[in-house]
Amino acid sequence: MDIHEYQAKEILSRFNVEVPKGALAYSPEQAAYRTHELGGDKWIVKAQVHAGGRGKAGGVKLCQSQDEVYDACNDMFGRKLVTHQTGPQGKGIYRVYVESAVQIDHEIYLGFVLDRSSQRVMIVASTEGGMEIEEISADRPESIVRSTVEPAVGLQEFQAREIAFNLGIEPGLVQHMVRTLQGCYRAFLEFDATMVEINPLVVTGDNRVVALDAKMSFDDNALFRHPQISELRDKSQEDPRESRAADRGLSYVGLDGNIGCIVNGAGLAMATMDTIKLAGGAPANFLDIGGGASPERVAKAFRLVLSDDNVQAVLVNIFAGINRCDWVAEGVVLALKSLQLDIPVVVRLAGTNVEEGQKILAKSGLPIIRATSLMEAAERAVGAWQNDLVQATKMRAAL
Amino acid sequence: MSILLDRDSRVLVQGITGRMARFHTQEMLQYGTNVVGGVVPGKGGETVDGVPVFNTVKQAVEATGADTSLVFVPPPFAADSIMETADSGIRYCVCITDGIPAQDMIRVKRYMYRYPRERRMVLTGPNCAGTISPGKALLGIMPGHIYLPGHVGIIGRSGTLGYEAAAQLKAHGIGVSTSVGIGGDPINGSSFKDILERFEQDEDTHLIAMIGEIGGPQEAEAAEYIRDHVSKPVVAYVAGLTAPKGRTMGHAGAIISAFGESASEKVEILSAVGVTVAANPAVIGDTIANVMKEAA
Repeated sequence: MDIHEYQAKEILSRFNVEVPKGALAYSPEQAAYRTHELGGDKWIVKAQVHAGGRGKAGGVKLCQSQDEVYDACNDMFGRKLVTHQTGPQGKGIYRVYVESAVQIDHEIYLGFVLDRSSQRVMIVASTEGGMEIEEISADRPESIVRSTVEPAVGLQEFQAREIAFNLGIEPGLVQHMVRTLQGCYRAFLEFDATMVEINPLVVTGDNRVVALDAKMSFDDNALFRHPQISELRDKSQEDPRESRAADRGLSYVGLDGNIGCIVNGAGLAMATMDTIKLAGGAPANFLDIGGGASPERVAKAFRLVLSDDNVQAVLVNIFAGINRCDWVAEGVVLALKSLQLDIPVVVRLAGTNVEEGQKILAKSGLPIIRATSLMEAAERAVGAWQNDLVQATKMRAAL
Repeated sequence: MSILLDRDSRVLVQGITGRMARFHTQEMLQYGTNVVGGVVPGKGGETVDGVPVFNTVKQAVEATGADTSLVFVPPPFAADSIMETADSGIRYCVCITDGIPAQDMIRVKRYMYRYPRERRMVLTGPNCAGTISPGKALLGIMPGHIYLPGHVGIIGRSGTLGYEAAAQLKAHGIGVSTSVGIGGDPINGSSFKDILERFEQDEDTHLIAMIGEIGGPQEAEAAEYIRDHVSKPVVAYVAGLTAPKGRTMGHAGAIISAFGESASEKVEILSAVGVTVAANPAVIGDTIANVMKEAA
């Protein structure tokens, strides 16, 4: 789960990470008023969206008067910010963070990640702050400093000191840097983060170490013990299809194609998408309905997949291990009868009680296209979709 | 022979009184697995379908001589159960639980390293379907009937995609020595490389099938290991060619976040070390059959 910059800064500041003075606003008027509270004569107005690359996309503006703050916000609110991380649909701006400007001496990149190779928390830092880590790895790999944390004892002061000296931090500021690193690590651990990124972390003209930006992501599997993090979820930043799925306990990722997929198991779901592509189509979604695919779950999945207007055919692929194909078939029939679909549905069943399952589908009287193998299922789904497309074009031509 | 699990394995089921665990314990017993006990704190002295229940893993090991364990404990408590198992003298543990926090798994792995290698428990999973040595024993939730006994060793991150591969093999009349699920989580007990090492040493395994997916470095690490240490033919399939970058695809570990973690990059890396990669999931069985024919 992701949170906003201002929320990450609020958390990190509780762990001794210094952040600029700032205030949140939900309207241009509020933003302008906030400058009063903050004082000073230079402010940064920052669109709060769950994506990086905001600066280049026009989501961060330096302002020197209240009017400028108002205008910048007026321009941002309600708009979709499109950055290289959001995809073409962008993410809506509904909150803006106003911060006192800080005089920057130099910028540092600082990241904490779960490193899957060492299976530990890894600190990644670089003198090339402000650039994205992918760019730094490509252009200035020699500037990157890495250190892994021994989980039994946590981040040691000498490790933090090594990082600070390797980044060329001047001796007078090293202790401040150590405090920042250890604070980030404690926040990471305390809230089961999967990522903490401060880019840039700056050394200011008046010799402070300040987090100008902050990003935190959290382990969804650990949210059960962090209700205060769950509360920070912002549905306005999610794909509405995915929000609906998450609320129903289904694992769904929206894609751009038009063949809806309903599959049990994450690996098989990805394999099904790949096979659709191979057969000349494009999947509309990833959807794993889990091992115990009850009739109700299948019906729920159908409703979810069909809530995407782009879906023009549906492929159901169930490999029944724990459950039985006849049970899944009943679920499919139940769902289709209640939904009255007008698009082709291809069903492939395999595993336990497959014959009984096929019989139930055949007897239902519904126009279900059946398939026995994965490849056949994908070809039939793509074929049926293309066929429908041809007919629709013909109809339009006839009119 | 088989790896990790055979007819003589004496199995405990942790969390045996839960609905899922109970159902699968029956399935395992029917398959012929030697389930000797269950562990649920506070329920020691009870029996579940004739299987005696103990309060602690140590008590269960002492009373039954168990050497293998299956963990069905819910996510908030699973890490603690795995550590208890590691501390009890159990040799092999499979954790089925999906949804264990990653930091809990980091602690589990660190804890296991307090034992020297020869006394260290082997863990596979979590978030996996388990391990099966067909015709001998089943330790997990997979349908036993889709596996024939034979000489292909399977290592996979996904449960149902593993079933798909096993069923395709069965259609070819090809059997399996052992199938090991390493699970879909970012921090897992054993990697592809760890299991490859065992299959390479197992005389009964003639070919190794790896079923990978997007995310993480373990397929690439396996490729390096295969290049230097594996003499047996290896066939692979990597799921997720159509998966977008930066999105979690169901499995907590299935997310492309760094270079080399996409399906196409993994296919390239594996092909480069001589692994035969199945072009799509529908031809995993065909590809293995072809490689076996060529090797024969």
